[in-house]
Amino acid sequence: MSALVVNVTTRQRVLGWLQPHRIVLIAIALAIVVCAAVFMRWDWIPNYAWLAVQGIWRTIWLLVVSVVLGFMLAVPLGLVQVTGPIWLAVPARTFCTIIRGTPLLLQLWLLYFGLGALFPQFPWIRESFLWPYLRQAWPYGVLALTLSYAGYEGEVMRGAFAGVPRGQLEAARAFGMSRWKILRRVWLPQATYRALPTLAGETVLQLKATPLVATITMVDIFSVSSRVRQETFIVYEPLLLLALVYMTITAILVFLFRKLEARIPARPG
Amino acid sequence: MTATKSDASIETGGKAAAEAIHIENLHKSFGNLHVLKGVSLSARDGEVVAIIGGSGSGKSTLLRCINCLENPSSGLIRVNGEEIRLKPDGHGGSVPADRRQIERIRSRLGMVFQSFNLWSHMTLLENVIEVPIHVLGVGRDEAVAVAEKLLERVGLADKRNVYPAFMSGGQQQRGAIARALAIQPRVMLFDEPTSALDPELVGEVLKVIADLAQEGRTMVLVTHEMKFARRVATHVVYLYNGLVEEEGPPEQIFGAPKSERLKQFLRNIH
Repeated sequence: MSALVVNVTTRQRVLGWLQPHRIVLIAIALAIVVCAAVFMRWDWIPNYAWLAVQGIWRTIWLLVVSVVLGFMLAVPLGLVQVTGPIWLAVPARTFCTIIRGTPLLLQLWLLYFGLGALFPQFPWIRESFLWPYLRQAWPYGVLALTLSYAGYEGEVMRGAFAGVPRGQLEAARAFGMSRWKILRRVWLPQATYRALPTLAGETVLQLKATPLVATITMVDIFSVSSRVRQETFIVYEPLLLLALVYMTITAILVFLFRKLEARIPARPG
Repeated sequence: MTATKSDASIETGGKAAAEAIHIENLHKSFGNLHVLKGVSLSARDGEVVAIIGGSGSGKSTLLRCINCLENPSSGLIRVNGEEIRLKPDGHGGSVPADRRQIERIRSRLGMVFQSFNLWSHMTLLENVIEVPIHVLGVGRDEAVAVAEKLLERVGLADKRNVYPAFMSGGQQQRGAIARALAIQPRVMLFDEPTSALDPELVGEVLKVIADLAQEGRTMVLVTHEMKFARRVATHVVYLYNGLVEEEGPPEQIFGAPKSERLKQFLRNIH
């Protein structure tokens, strides 16, 4: 089997891949790109290129920070629902239910317009070192997206923790691991691997939730395209480019999660 | 060789081998189900104690009480002369009073499970070095060196970088034995080590266990393999309905059983 693979040259492999249906599809795709380039207006790009780069950076940064922080919150949220005392399990369950039961846009606005209006009424908050940050929009955007991810993933992790076979934990116990060590060395790694396919999908959904922060004045890549439309009255071209940007980021995310999943080979057959 | 030596020292009684496991009047209930009704058992250094009995007789529960995987309802357990301190759990049972103590005792008891329970997210080698490094504080290089020797011994040197899911049941169980040996256990505990195996894989695992018995390791073995128990055990305990019905050397238990229930049990098995 492997000997066969080695004997195939690059040329043969390319020719084998280029089958008629693929050639037709590639031709159609190329035609669309050429049409778009020729018949649509792209002269605005240089004026907005730098703004777009900043917007893409902000979108990615927002995604990464909210996913990382959200997952760190999701682990204890899921864990206490499986093994915690009732006075921790019930609040965790309530939190996940509320987050999953309300629109993210509502949460975002409640935090931004609610907390944002509440904080200035307290002089000690206005005098604190946090005030320069609390006056801006991004902390509320990060907070809302983080809590949202934590709420959904808390539920995913609850299932993943509960799904790790008893015997795996029992073996860890039988060899004298402390509860903390069992969690760190066996329970959490196995739960995370179980949850990875779901987490990959949820992270892609999280990417597509980020444009909501445009409604609280954060300038992510989505709001850059709105700005182009408002200033130049060009509608479709920025939206097409925007779709391309999100698809590219999605492709990168999917690729990265595949890599993570592949670190532990799955059971054959 | 060593086995004969330690046998001799027990029998001549010049200086009796120390007691590795000592259980006295052990009770265990699951809710209303009274599984163990006052069992006593002891295993001296170098002894191989086989626990046999019908399904539901409490033999697995008895073994799992030794390292408190099941908390005994009442009774006394001493491992290497150290008594496991228990405290009431408030529901009529008891739990280990000192978490540290029970973790330390567990880390010197090599447990082998019916369903192997190798950690599925680690390769075989990682499984074997996990406890030495992360519980016993052994250096990585040393742990790997020991693990490689053990894997060679159980015939799995070529599987060191393989995940358990890619190994046969017999290979997994031999790997699990290597994992248990890696902690340099004072006592090996086997909980029906061949019951989950395909018949043709039982032999390779029994051979490894027999080798361990040969070299004089202290072992407590719950098993359904009567021929095997007769061959390797120095002491056999027959449990019936949560009580020790009969115990003694294998020749007596299998050759000249006294109890009517044991006779019946042995007839049904064969």
